[in-house]
Amino acid sequence: MGSLTSMPQSSRHRSWFRHPIIVGLRTIVFYALLILLWFPFFFVFAWMLMGAFKNQIQNTAIPPLLFFTPTLANFETVFNSNPMVQFLLNSTVVGVGATLLALIFGLPAAYAIARYRQQRLATAILVARIMPGISYLVPWFIMFSQLKLVGSYFTLIMAHLIITLPMTIWLMIGFFEDIPRELDEAALIDGCNPFQAFMQISLPLTLPGISASAILSFIYSWNNFMFSLVLANQDTRTLPVAVFSFISYTQVDWGGLNAAATIITLPVLIMILFVQKQMVRGLTLGSVKG
Amino acid sequence: MHQEHQDLPTTLQKVGKHLPQNVTGWLFSGPAVLILLLMMAFPIVYTVYLSFTNWTPSVLGAHQYVGWQNYIKLIFEDERFQNSVGRTLIFTIGGVAIQTILGVGLAMVFNRDFAGRGFFRTIFMMSMVATPVAIALVWMMVMDINTGVLNYVIELINGSRIAWLSDRSIVLYSLIIIDTWQWTPFIMLIVLAGLSALPTEPYEAAQIDGASGLQMFWYLTLPMLRPTLMVALMFRSIDALKTFDIIYVITGGGPAFATETLNLYIYSQGFQYFNMGYASAALVLFFILVFGTSLLFIRLRRATSEMM
Repeated sequence: MGSLTSMPQSSRHRSWFRHPIIVGLRTIVFYALLILLWFPFFFVFAWMLMGAFKNQIQNTAIPPLLFFTPTLANFETVFNSNPMVQFLLNSTVVGVGATLLALIFGLPAAYAIARYRQQRLATAILVARIMPGISYLVPWFIMFSQLKLVGSYFTLIMAHLIITLPMTIWLMIGFFEDIPRELDEAALIDGCNPFQAFMQISLPLTLPGISASAILSFIYSWNNFMFSLVLANQDTRTLPVAVFSFISYTQVDWGGLNAAATIITLPVLIMILFVQKQMVRGLTLGSVKG
Repeated sequence: MHQEHQDLPTTLQKVGKHLPQNVTGWLFSGPAVLILLLMMAFPIVYTVYLSFTNWTPSVLGAHQYVGWQNYIKLIFEDERFQNSVGRTLIFTIGGVAIQTILGVGLAMVFNRDFAGRGFFRTIFMMSMVATPVAIALVWMMVMDINTGVLNYVIELINGSRIAWLSDRSIVLYSLIIIDTWQWTPFIMLIVLAGLSALPTEPYEAAQIDGASGLQMFWYLTLPMLRPTLMVALMFRSIDALKTFDIIYVITGGGPAFATETLNLYIYSQGFQYFNMGYASAALVLFFILVFGTSLLFIRLRRATSEMM
């Protein structure tokens, strides 16, 4: 990243650019610009967090309040008047299920693409990233209705797999390609079969990639709204759908809505701290290595 | 887990060693392929089939083949569909254009070492990973006509409030603002990755020739970044075309269809009116739009990388 830091902002011909006062001023202007650009991104989350700890009067006050006495009442309301624990559990079950299955099916597939050059499969999986999610919903709805499985965890996990599996495969292709071929080949010569070579040589070496894939998969499953909106029922509803339904009941209870928004978002924001580097790679299917 | 594999019968191990390469490959990828066939390929084929029928769940099993009728009705008669296509294009082209300009600008700001770089970068990443439903809720509050903090500021400057989410002529643009907030960092991060991979020699040469910073940005950085930008634009355009959560939660396509994009239109045809056949035809047209967009950018990318 640092290779371009010397990118010529200052020209050698203009030595006054290097004058301490000018350098100081430029630093101040730079940070002012940066903070200006950065403020909206920071503010929305700060506002969410503040809103979650304000009562209704504080939340609708004009002028808006920056300083107030925080209350935990919103969280109490959200947990007491809704089966919030159940929703959290649903999101976790579906997210963990879809992530684990994506690893179980995706790791060998990515390995096959990297080692056995199954480029056509890689392209087919690209289609999954391009297809609008809604295009699966009509057939899935019909398919799972016939099987009487609409609303089951199984259905939701299978649906979320269409997000987590391609993401895992595409992220992992790059990680497997980074392992020298010779390592696998040496293992094969030493008497391992291809599956042992995969399990004992390649997998342990890609652990950082595996954990990044798992975290990203979980985040995107956790965030998914549309699939659960159609395929979940009262008992298996995931958090985003549940929180969406609060809007109609509690039209203007901003405190409650912010508390709910905070509860969904916080785990995700903590998780990305661990996968910042792989984030871009995941979203662009490995075509950009961030 | 490798214990299981050691316990496999030795015959299987021997077979594994002598299988042709591509068979071994397919043994690794087979399970994933099966899932993708079942969950992806089958639904696509089934959607295409349904698009030629008048299927609705109320007449279960009794759907008829109607030929191109759904398509003809959508393209030539259904104004709600036509308008939704127009809105989708405005939302996508407008949003992505603004995000690209801002994203490249932000990347230029970030493309240097400064104190707190990591911290600022992390905050910039939050908007694109935070749960869209949660983001939608917060923006509803920020953009609320009476108590929203945005209108408070606007009123201080301008003296009047803006009906961000209830004025039919404004609301689509309000959604573009939110989309821009959410996704500008995405472009920024990809461009940053692209910048870090650029060679330094051309800059050194240009510096010796006395080129200004702006000249170097315009004549060196931008052309060299083009392949990276095409990747960013492709993924961003695809995702903008497919935007659902934010719009569905904030406006539900309203007021009076003012924000009904293609995705929302199809959703309401399919899951509110249960016109599954008709919705499927709209879906096929939606695929074509999304795939056409991806192909366009793949072509453009190829063209730009050949130029380099």
